Amino acid sequence: MMDNSSWMTVYPEIVLLVMACVIALADLFVKSPKRNATYALTLLSLGGVAWLHAMYADAGQTLYGFGRLVVSDPMGHWLRCFATIAVMVTLVYSRPYAADRDMLRGGELFSLSMFALLGMSFMISGQNFIVIYLGLELLTLSSYALVALRRDHTQATEAAMKYFVLGAMASGFLLYGMSMMYGATGSLELSAVLKAISSGQVNHQVLVFGLVFIVSGLAFKIGAVPFHMWIPDVYQGAPTAATLLIGGAPKLAAFAIMIRLLVEGLLPLAFDWQQMLSVLAIGSLLIGNLAAIAQTNLKRMLAYSTIAQMGFVLLGFVAGVINGETTLAANAYSSAMFYMVGYVLTTLASFGVIMLLARQGFESEEITDLAGLNHRSPLYAGVMAICLFSLAGIPPMVGFYAKLAVLQSLIASGQGFYIGLAIFAVLMSLIGAFYYLRVVKVMYFDEPVTATTVAAHTDVRVVLSLNGLLVLVLGVVPGALMALCADAVVRMLAV
Amino acid sequence: MGLLSLAIWMPIAFGVVLLAFGRDSQARAVRWLALVGSIASFLVTLPLYSGFALGTSAMQFVEKASWIERFNVHYHLGVDGISLWLVLLTAFINVIVVIAGWEVITRKVNQYMAAFMILSGLMIGVFSALDGILFYVFFEATLIPMYLIIGIWGGPNKIYAAFKFFLYTLLGSLLMLIALIYLYVTSGGSFDILTWHKLPLSGSVQTLLFFAFFSAFAVKVPMWPVHTWLPDVHVEAPTGGSAVLAAIMLKLGAYGFLRFSMPIAPDAAREWGMFIIVLSLVAVVYVGLVAMIQQDMKKLVAYSSVAHMGFVTLGFFIFNPLGVSGGIVQMIAHGFVSAAMFLSIGVLYDRVHSREIASYGGVVNTMPKFAAFALFFAMANCGLPGTAGFVGEWMVILGAVKFNFWIGLLSASALIFGAAYTLWMFKRVYLGPVANDDVKDLTDINGREFLMLALLAAAVLYMGVYPKPFTDVMDTSVIDLLKHVALSKLP
Repeated sequence: MMDNSSWMTVYPEIVLLVMACVIALADLFVKSPKRNATYALTLLSLGGVAWLHAMYADAGQTLYGFGRLVVSDPMGHWLRCFATIAVMVTLVYSRPYAADRDMLRGGELFSLSMFALLGMSFMISGQNFIVIYLGLELLTLSSYALVALRRDHTQATEAAMKYFVLGAMASGFLLYGMSMMYGATGSLELSAVLKAISSGQVNHQVLVFGLVFIVSGLAFKIGAVPFHMWIPDVYQGAPTAATLLIGGAPKLAAFAIMIRLLVEGLLPLAFDWQQMLSVLAIGSLLIGNLAAIAQTNLKRMLAYSTIAQMGFVLLGFVAGVINGETTLAANAYSSAMFYMVGYVLTTLASFGVIMLLARQGFESEEITDLAGLNHRSPLYAGVMAICLFSLAGIPPMVGFYAKLAVLQSLIASGQGFYIGLAIFAVLMSLIGAFYYLRVVKVMYFDEPVTATTVAAHTDVRVVLSLNGLLVLVLGVVPGALMALCADAVVRMLAV
Repeated sequence: MGLLSLAIWMPIAFGVVLLAFGRDSQARAVRWLALVGSIASFLVTLPLYSGFALGTSAMQFVEKASWIERFNVHYHLGVDGISLWLVLLTAFINVIVVIAGWEVITRKVNQYMAAFMILSGLMIGVFSALDGILFYVFFEATLIPMYLIIGIWGGPNKIYAAFKFFLYTLLGSLLMLIALIYLYVTSGGSFDILTWHKLPLSGSVQTLLFFAFFSAFAVKVPMWPVHTWLPDVHVEAPTGGSAVLAAIMLKLGAYGFLRFSMPIAPDAAREWGMFIIVLSLVAVVYVGLVAMIQQDMKKLVAYSSVAHMGFVTLGFFIFNPLGVSGGIVQMIAHGFVSAAMFLSIGVLYDRVHSREIASYGGVVNTMPKFAAFALFFAMANCGLPGTAGFVGEWMVILGAVKFNFWIGLLSASALIFGAAYTLWMFKRVYLGPVANDDVKDLTDINGREFLMLALLAAAVLYMGVYPKPFTDVMDTSVIDLLKHVALSKLP
């Protein structure tokens, strides 16, 4: 069973693990306060890992390793490739911010990020309840530490505590649900679970009972209403660098475990989980958008906006199986994937700007701190505006096509309920437009309160500009990324 | 690259260059670059007219390339007799607006010019898009530059106006997006507008689609009773913004009726035609009366715009060639005249910083050249024969009388209101003795302002005296559109 091809399926993860350990050790010998060597080595390793994933994804093969513990498929590799790049970009934005806040005394920021990425990788590639769970735990444990990295900061410590307690509870939910599934089907492996459920020999009540826990656990992790309470507090309290590490790349992994668990493992229960996800989506769109209006803190507002955006992603999951037919599944799930990728890209740039504006001893996280940004720096105001318009779903930004794809999947179902959901979703995005526009208003129409110029390191400036540009460019030519998502999901479903 | 692509992307490219390299320290260079860019962008639209083949309603200058394969979305452009003049009008008004903002704008000049250049390209995109998503992208994207124009360079209450503009129009168009996706699904996976024209649809579906489109276009036109955003926005927008808003952006909505509502849902359009006609008549008569009591010049012209656009929608939904052609002619004429009216107000505002009619009086004594232009445009606004304003209104009224005598009579009465509020404003602002020191200190228009008003005056006069080039172009398209609308699409 442990032939060579097994090792091939996790080759990028092995590289990642080795380099994470090497970097953790090598950092002990780095003297520079900005950790230049660690930083360079991390980016280099991650760049290599991302390249490996892209190569694998491009090959387009689906291979199972270690007796179906993990899978190597294009969807997984693309998601891991994007997640790796997202972590790289996060680190580029975070370094100056962290250095100013006494978070670079050691190289933990880098090694913990890499371990978090390793966790995400196994969430994405896992084909077994236990592997997925372990990946999730590795990610969340690293994230707890990252949030608490600024240990003498009260707010951050409080956020870490909240995150830990609620996160542990969510993990418990998920694990409990998994154990129910195991009890009912006698297998931990997704394809065997699927087969057992399809056979119809399994007690449906036990399955739905377990499903409720799994869906709750997942909803906790992506922050869907009513399991969203931790999101605003943690987003706001955590150092922005950690916020981005939680709110960026892991969303791709969260998408992946939803696909792995709900689609690859529990597709025969789609009728049940589609209903649950519809309720979660409606709640998230409603609460997320309405609560965001009342926020004055930019990070908190973006946290509520995330909740609303996740509501949209969930909508991409609800219209896959209609009357037991899976003809629209690829269409629906690929729209959710495209949405998630576009969302992560946009989130990276918007938090990048927030971190850039923060200075020593000043967080710049109130919306009013952005006042007159257009006067201080038209470039970064432009990047932020592009992100906000994208989140609001105004063309020609990538966020519009994401919404288009999801709405299309709903309407294609031809069901009155789903068309109603689509109309509800667009009305909610109208509310969303209001609070995104308010930030644009502050940046462009208000007078600056400070004349401080915005200075950025070359690496931050280049990456942030490219990041903002990409949100726009993917809006003008979204075809390639859409085709990539569609192809990846089709191949995943075909297996 | 085809002519239409050039017409769309050239101003946008100039806009991007201005954004990237412009600084307020080089404002002079920025202005000249914007002027060169806008003139060049206008010149590339001229071959569209000279090369336009009359006598066919087929799309011309068609460009088609795959854009988003996943959803079968195409980069599909083309113009017919309905859209051709709107493309030219957009590019022309852009030149005027660049000239109008020349010395007036001193802060963030490059962003100002770039916003108008990009906006112009996007609006040409709306008029030439033949793919539903492409249309929607252009249609929505216009909100961003306009929002910034109002918010950055607008008046004291600009924030309120900018939000009202954005959210009001967004609400309408989001429902249209649902309709577009629905059509995509129903047509078996096509976003092609011309395919949708032929798609059979049941009566109830047509009605729903008709109202989804109506929500987008009626707000944009704007039709009574969803017109309330327009006066607020006009008052606060900078002069150039008001001019583009009135001259072009309102036409996006009216154009949408012709390209989407009527041909895609013809049965619903005929069924609900009377509903639109009634709303239009209310706009023409009631809003005309509302305009009469305005104290603010910009508000007055804004209400007058609503009334004039009422003529346009009235013309469309009486379903005869005179009415529809008249509506389109009225769109173009109103483009010239309303831009001129707003720019005239801008000329006064730049000097006195007041839009109140009461702040003026006897301007003719200190600004005789300007008053002459203002009188001419006022006459055009009330539809004096020989000006552009006359042709469209006259055609619509003739069409309306053919359709139903009483509707014709009511719409004709609007000419009287139009004359009343326009001329009364003219009298209070321009005639009589010099009212105060502000007016006494006024200096007459300079060469730049003269040029901008003269260009518009020439256009208004030409169109009024010799409208044939305009009507010739649209004849076949209008007749074929009406033939199409007369046929039932019920399965």
